[in-house]
Amino acid sequence: MIPLPHYLTVSAILFTTGAIGVLMRRNALIMLMSLELMLNAVNLSFVAYARLHQDMGGHVFVFLSITVAAVEAAVGLAILLTIFRTRATVDVDNLHLLQR
Amino acid sequence: MDATALLESTGALLPHLTVLVTGLVILTLDLFLTPQSRYLNEVVGLIGLLVAFLFTLSTAGAPRQVFMAMAVVDYLGAFFNATFLLIAALTILLSASYVRREGVSAGEYYALVLFATTGFMFVAAAADLIMVFLAIETLSIATYILAGLLREDPHSQEAAFKYFMLGALSSAFFLYGIATIYGALGNTNLVNVAQALGQGDFSPLLLMGMALLIVGLGFKAAVVPFHMWAPDVYEGAPTAVTAFMTAGPKAAAFAAFLRVFFQGFTTPDMVQHWAPIFAFLAALTMILGNFVAMAQQSLKRMLAYSSIAHAGYAFVALVAHNTLGASSILYYLVAYTLMSLGSFTVLMVVARREGPLYAFDDYAGLGTTHPLLAAMMALFMFALAGFPPTAGFAGKFYVFSAAVQAGYYWLALIGLLTSVVSVVYYTRVVMLMYMREPNGAQPIPRLAPTTMAVLGITAIGILYMGIFPGGVMRLAEHSVAFLFQAKM
Repeated sequence: MIPLPHYLTVSAILFTTGAIGVLMRRNALIMLMSLELMLNAVNLSFVAYARLHQDMGGHVFVFLSITVAAVEAAVGLAILLTIFRTRATVDVDNLHLLQR
Repeated sequence: MDATALLESTGALLPHLTVLVTGLVILTLDLFLTPQSRYLNEVVGLIGLLVAFLFTLSTAGAPRQVFMAMAVVDYLGAFFNATFLLIAALTILLSASYVRREGVSAGEYYALVLFATTGFMFVAAAADLIMVFLAIETLSIATYILAGLLREDPHSQEAAFKYFMLGALSSAFFLYGIATIYGALGNTNLVNVAQALGQGDFSPLLLMGMALLIVGLGFKAAVVPFHMWAPDVYEGAPTAVTAFMTAGPKAAAFAAFLRVFFQGFTTPDMVQHWAPIFAFLAALTMILGNFVAMAQQSLKRMLAYSSIAHAGYAFVALVAHNTLGASSILYYLVAYTLMSLGSFTVLMVVARREGPLYAFDDYAGLGTTHPLLAAMMALFMFALAGFPPTAGFAGKFYVFSAAVQAGYYWLALIGLLTSVVSVVYYTRVVMLMYMREPNGAQPIPRLAPTTMAVLGITAIGILYMGIFPGGVMRLAEHSVAFLFQAKM
């Protein structure tokens, strides 16, 4: 059996990768994907901890978090679509109307 | 969970469900409305909020957990419910003329406002960390869409995108924090968390979880250094939505802070871990918010920074882990709601349709061309700056005395000094209105009755809370009393 710390380490690495992706990448679609990666990393640690505590709660949280991630993706893509319609690009460097 | 428990739980959450159902009703009703009968959207919304308020009064009582200890109904939740319902009602009133002018589809708009309000109310009713997360997501997703409501406007799109990206990022941090705390304690119910901590259950994992929660909630409350989305989003979003966003999600974030840190991580050794962090964040927020606000060329952006600064003041009270601290947060949030919604209403009325948007020059000579509006704006500016006898003064007084009571003299001092700095940029607006000649900007159209109502309610509220602060303060103290009962 794979011990618990392995799961947690993978989860932490995935989360960090996702966070770096959101902060560094300039393509909005890749940023969205990184965001999903972060949420899924959290799901992994929820399941691992649920196993540790022999508690079903953690498994249920994963379902809730998957639902939230789906909703976020839907809204995020919709917002991206409106941006793409007016600017024909999803590069976030083009979003600078509001900086002074 | 059997049928009676289910029925009882549903009954306890009637205020929340009423708001949700009202939103759904508006969404459906809007399909059948003609341009002449469009006002029914607002009427139905306001009636729903009133019913929800009455339910709030009837369900308030001693703390009781419902829905398998996921939600809790108590006086703290009731106080927040009343605040959120006030925010929603004022938003509906101030949006009535804005929605028509900008051609926003009213049904979706009001439905989203009400859905977001449902989210606020569930934050205040959360008894479990996962519930806090779900409620915050509910309100965030509704506000992301609201920020991008002017689909054709590049500013609005950009605001929505930035808000979404950083909001979702902070949600991920928050969720990771919950997972870590779940790992450390095997439980996410806030009362159980407090019990486990009381028995000396402690690990570095727990501290990491707490830090992640602070990051996640800090983003939502727009506290420096997690504020970078706020000025852009507040500037780019439709003004009515900005007014809603500076009041609602901010108050909800503080509700979450109170629930998580005053009810969950409330043991003395935990407090000594988080209080210094909060003190540092509060100081940074007040300093940066106020100094950057001074340099702004657009009134809307200035109010955005002022909103950040005010989150800092409310944060000062969070540092003081005592009854005065908790109750002064509630007082401050109500006061800030009134000041912010009032000033954004004026901003909305005066806004020009072309040229530099929300420039300070729009206000030149407003005192002679539109004395009533100018007087209102002056009142809001003085209130935001914290002059007596307004709610802004009383709020700051309570917040700083809470900090002094808790021994944070330096924090209270920074608060006072930055308040002095804030006077500079607030009075700039007042000087423009009264000491400059009108510059022949386009005349302001006659105020709609709904807009007048918002201005009247906020102005009277600010004066009432400033002259007789005792009433609201007593209610607030009553609401937070149970948080500190166990220890006294």
